[in-house]
Amino acid sequence: MEQFIRVDMTTQQVTSGPLPEKYVGLGGRALTSNFVNDEVKPTCHALGKNNKLIFAPGLLSGTSAPNSGRLSVGAKSPLTGTIKECNTGGLFSQKMAKMGIKAFVVEGKPADDKFYIIKIDMNGVSIEEAPESILGGCGNYEAIQILNEKYGAKVGIALAGPAGEHRLPSANISFKDPESNIRSAGRGGLGAVMGSKNVKAIIIDDAGAKPVPVADPEKFRAAAKIFAKALLDHPVAGQGLAAYGTDVLVNILNEAGGLPAHNFTAGRIDYNDNFSGETMNALITERGGDGKVSHGCHPGCIIRCSQWYPDKKGKYITSGFEYETVWGLGADAGIKDFDAIAYIDRAMDDVGVDSIEIAVAVATAMEGGLIPWGDGEAVLQIVKDMAKPTPLARIIAGGCAIVGKLCGLYRVPVVKDQAIPAYDPRAVKGIGLTYATTPMGADHTAGYCISGNILKVGADIDPLKKDGQIEYARAMQIGTAAVDSTGMCLFVYFGIADNPGGYQALIDMINAQYGINLTAADVDKLGESVLKVERDFNKRAGFTNAHDRLPEFMEYEPIEPHNVVWDFTPEEIDEVYNF
Amino acid sequence: MTITVKLFATLRAYHDKIFELAMPEASTVEAVVTHLELPANDIAIIMINGRGAKMDAKLEEGDVLALFPPVGGG
Ligand code: SF4
Repeated sequence: MEQFIRVDMTTQQVTSGPLPEKYVGLGGRALTSNFVNDEVKPTCHALGKNNKLIFAPGLLSGTSAPNSGRLSVGAKSPLTGTIKECNTGGLFSQKMAKMGIKAFVVEGKPADDKFYIIKIDMNGVSIEEAPESILGGCGNYEAIQILNEKYGAKVGIALAGPAGEHRLPSANISFKDPESNIRSAGRGGLGAVMGSKNVKAIIIDDAGAKPVPVADPEKFRAAAKIFAKALLDHPVAGQGLAAYGTDVLVNILNEAGGLPAHNFTAGRIDYNDNFSGETMNALITERGGDGKVSHGCHPGCIIRCSQWYPDKKGKYITSGFEYETVWGLGADAGIKDFDAIAYIDRAMDDVGVDSIEIAVAVATAMEGGLIPWGDGEAVLQIVKDMAKPTPLARIIAGGCAIVGKLCGLYRVPVVKDQAIPAYDPRAVKGIGLTYATTPMGADHTAGYCISGNILKVGADIDPLKKDGQIEYARAMQIGTAAVDSTGMCLFVYFGIADNPGGYQALIDMINAQYGINLTAADVDKLGESVLKVERDFNKRAGFTNAHDRLPEFMEYEPIEPHNVVWDFTPEEIDEVYNF
Repeated sequence: MTITVKLFATLRAYHDKIFELAMPEASTVEAVVTHLELPANDIAIIMINGRGAKMDAKLEEGDVLALFPPVGGG
């Protein structure tokens, strides 16, 4: 049976029942965003008792569909004040789906200040006090080991790290991956929401769960095979991401003049190969030891964009070492040493903060004089101090908008108070429309226009021109909202963007699983409906079109080497959501 | 004329990652690719001076030509 579970932390009461009728047919982001819009008071304080945190696997999660183990987490964001959906790998999604749990909600707020662990297994849900050993600054890596020991090596774990316990606005929710390392529901401070409900960890144990029911197994298998082939046959999804990770983008964006550098004052650097994807691949190969060039963040991922990055002696430093993190610390904050960046990445995972928000906040703090430019050691210390947190660590973990304000700067790269990631919207105009208009605050994953603007996958649009960008940003956001509802990793897009058969196979899998007859048009409608629901929440939270704007400095500070400014008019930007 | 060629990802298996190259005036990207014996089918992204270009684009003195295989991320 499809279950919908609520844990009220005020009363410590658990309610479990069938999925409410109106959510039948929804999964992932469609489910979390509809729920948040239905039940969370839009004007509530994100850290108060009226916010609710919801976890939902995607429609295909738990099945044998490749790359279908992504989880959506939703709530009102303490960073942006908007609705938020965060998407992550790890073990949670597949376990929830196998247990028949369509969604799991944490609401209310305990009156005491104790931290709790919520445990979900086939017998039900229990709430217990969190052991001292994982509280008060214990890093996520160690906490996962302690919880593995207590609950068994196979359980799934979601953690509010030390930053979440302190309810810092950039705190993420950290998820145990297949090797007990860390994946993150990164953006928008959902770890602070979890911490505000005094939930330190959620444990999920699917021992005894049955396979996910599939209405037409034969049709499902056939479609899954076509889908897997579409992914593996595509040079990006099948080989490129596994070999170079997302970090391959350093050199491409640098060459295109869209790599924001030195707090968004330049679009290109000359030390890019210090930490490019090519260098990452070479270093991992050369250092050997624990190093792995490719790695999947959940069982069933066949694209494997993640990796294990080792130190000079071959000892594991970090995994899931993403382009955005490397860019932020490397190009934007000027930290030129790759290993220094890797240790900071590890520290961010360990303390549980969004690596994009922190990297951009750090660069802004460097401009503001709080940290010397390019000082990796200082940054590492500050990130570690977020576990205490010291006043400076608190300020940086407050996010880029807060740092900019405190430093008296106008050059503050945020939209809706969320840091702009690794693609300068002046030089890659399509992505600027996504940053400006997505209900999430600046977020490249909400409509990845880099694809058609720079990578020439799915479209071929001049990144320096406005032509075709509005329609493209709209279509990408709609498609993404739909994919985020399936439990699929967004990178499947590379395999299906130019392969109609692959896209149809994705729809066929959903139809075969649920015994329904969705068409491509229905999938588009689903995406549109998700965006409308999210925008409705934001509107009722007080957001208007005037918030759908990039930081003003981008309109009058041209960026080298192409010497371009952000030149979409407000009316043009507002066209993106004209559907 | 002399141009600068930059190669990325798997294309670095064929030549240095950056080098200067003398070519006849107004050579196309395609001519450079042929001259360097690069696998044309593996070239997915072409930039001249940081701007997107196609195989038939003509090069000028001092141009920087960057060639990438199909790669992506996010
Ligand atoms: S491609 Fe990368 S992000 Fe996507 S599921 Fe695989 S490892 Fe995770």
